[in-house]
Amino acid sequence: MAELTRSYEKYFRQNRLPHLWCPGCGNGIAMKAIVQAIEKQGWTQDNTVIVSGIGCSSRASGYMDFDTLHTAHGRAIPFATGIKLARPELNVVVITGDGDCCAIGGNHFIHGCRRNVDLTVVLFNNAIYGMTGGQASPMTPLGGKATTTPYGSVDRPFDPCHLAKAAGATFVARSTAFHVQHMTDMIAQGMASRGFSFIETQVQCPTSYGRRNKMPSPAEMLKWLQQHAVLKPAWDRLDREKKKAYILDHKFPIGVLHQAKRPELDYDAAYDQVIERAQGVKA
Amino acid sequence: MREARLMQGNEACAEGAIAAGVDFFAGYPITPSTEIAEMMAKLLPKQGGKFVQMEDEIAAMGAILGASLAGSKVMDATSGPGFSLKQELIGYAVCAEIPCVLVDVQRVGPSTGQPTAPSQGDLMQVRWGTHGDHPMIALSPWSVRETYDATIMAVNYAERFRTPVILLMDEMVGHLRENVTLPEPGEIEIYPRRKPKKTRAEGYEPFEPDTDLVPNVADFGEGYHIHVTGLIHDDTGFPVGSAQVTESSIRRLHEKIMRASDEIVHTESYFMEDAEYAVVSFGGTARTAYEAVKNMREQGLSVGLLRLLTVWPFADKVIAELAEKVKGILVAELNYGQMVHEVRRAAGGKCAVELCGKYNMKSFEPVEIEAEIEKMVGDVEKGGRA
Ligand SMILES: Cc1ncc(C[n+]2csc(CCOP(=O)(O)OP(=O)(O)O)c2C)c(N)n1
Repeated sequence: MAELTRSYEKYFRQNRLPHLWCPGCGNGIAMKAIVQAIEKQGWTQDNTVIVSGIGCSSRASGYMDFDTLHTAHGRAIPFATGIKLARPELNVVVITGDGDCCAIGGNHFIHGCRRNVDLTVVLFNNAIYGMTGGQASPMTPLGGKATTTPYGSVDRPFDPCHLAKAAGATFVARSTAFHVQHMTDMIAQGMASRGFSFIETQVQCPTSYGRRNKMPSPAEMLKWLQQHAVLKPAWDRLDREKKKAYILDHKFPIGVLHQAKRPELDYDAAYDQVIERAQGVKA
Repeated sequence: MREARLMQGNEACAEGAIAAGVDFFAGYPITPSTEIAEMMAKLLPKQGGKFVQMEDEIAAMGAILGASLAGSKVMDATSGPGFSLKQELIGYAVCAEIPCVLVDVQRVGPSTGQPTAPSQGDLMQVRWGTHGDHPMIALSPWSVRETYDATIMAVNYAERFRTPVILLMDEMVGHLRENVTLPEPGEIEIYPRRKPKKTRAEGYEPFEPDTDLVPNVADFGEGYHIHVTGLIHDDTGFPVGSAQVTESSIRRLHEKIMRASDEIVHTESYFMEDAEYAVVSFGGTARTAYEAVKNMREQGLSVGLLRLLTVWPFADKVIAELAEKVKGILVAELNYGQMVHEVRRAAGGKCAVELCGKYNMKSFEPVEIEAEIEKMVGDVEKGGRA
């Protein structure tokens, strides 16, 4: 119902719109999915903080009517960590880009997952550096064209979801800008999960990526996402050979990719025990 | 009165921070500052505060800035290599006006340098390390007790001016052990977190300057829905591309501190009443300079000591007055020569200004400073003014 009544509009700073993203950009889809997930969770504008890094994606914080923090390139997760530890009652959402999260902020990302602070990190993955005009990112596919890889990228990309899981994130999911409802659902599940939740949303950047990589229109890019994303249950049913073929074909699973089985203590709950122990000990 | 306690400078810093109301500390271990983090890890949870060891100094800086925006009083301690890493976010804190205290317990540099050896080589980095135009407040204590007081002062200035304040320590004071008697909590003045003076309905703008040019930025979670950014922004907090706003915000960031500089600049004079010559020094080196000056006085030389507790903003007026009074100034600092340039500038050619520098891992011996005083006096008396 929320979608039909446009009740999510109250979460935007109408006087800050229109946004600066290019026509056809996928960032707006992901930003809307975040506020819809917030609404679904019943979080309020007063008890939710949006923290972002630097990049096109990170400009989202400025349009969202909460306490919002536009930090420095790569550093959103440390700032968010400080906010959450100082005021655990606040819900903290991080918006970040693929360069922001996985290049300059890569170490913070790993240690954020390891530390397991109760944050929801949403990566707007457009496979390129949008803000600076289309340089290669750690998510640019092999052979992909960018202004700094005019002959095709020879840097291997990595999978941020694998990384998040390996580093200890307690909730890991992926979706795409084509799968709007699914994306909202993944983000909402991440918000509901206590501890470090990571959601990769693949978004199209026709201006800086598509035009250089034979997908000049947003529709073509969305179609690519539709044709390459495979729902997790279907992905799990693939036999080995089929899965290999899919991977070679750049297909990837979407859905909840990892969820900690036993509820682990998030950092804040663990730190409460530290406080108890410290206060029990005589000086 | 409390009992006297044997305490290390770094320990006094941690205790001072807690007394000043610091309830959040993020850090990354580095000699010779590590004891501060270790003390905070032990003391903070007892007070219900939090300590977090981050993955590097940049992350530590980010975490304290986030916590500060969420209403905590915050501190972080490091040494040269870590301090270098923090520079971008120090500028962020200046631009976004986020109160925070950073302790730099200096070591010999550049680079990894000499990790456990004393130095005062970060004086200029403290002032100019982050990019762009910005003001800076930095305090450099010379004793264990003063470290306690200066830490409280640093936290108070950070809150009052909503700016990063640097406690520029050195290994000599950081690892010095002295018997100190700390004040009772009631004797300590604490500057509270600034609060909005308007509601949203009344048109509250988070970065609107108050009469002291400092904005009353709401903490996160208070229902104000503020936006904080390191982009140049107007009073609403949102970025603007305007030339006028850029100019006025850079000017205000400087002026909010410079207009209070007479209050912030703390100096102390010893044996200065009739002095014909002066030594200017700061931090741990000022202790040795004091011994040297005292010895020279006993030998009948008319020399005094001016010690700067506040190293930034620089004590321009005090130095200008001093230069009018004396025939020569010797700047004693444990580096290749940094403060000497500032003293020369402020002295404006009114008297000779000479450097007494050292950078060989060892702190000064009084005789070394005494020899340099004698040399300066000899040169000036010969008419060989520098
Ligand atoms: C320390 C630092 N280095 C570089 C930059 C320049 N810069 C701004 S955004 C950006 C990359 C943005 O790419 P990404 O994080 O993928 O976000 P997008 O713009 O694609 O959403 C870079 C390199 C910066 N602002 N700060």
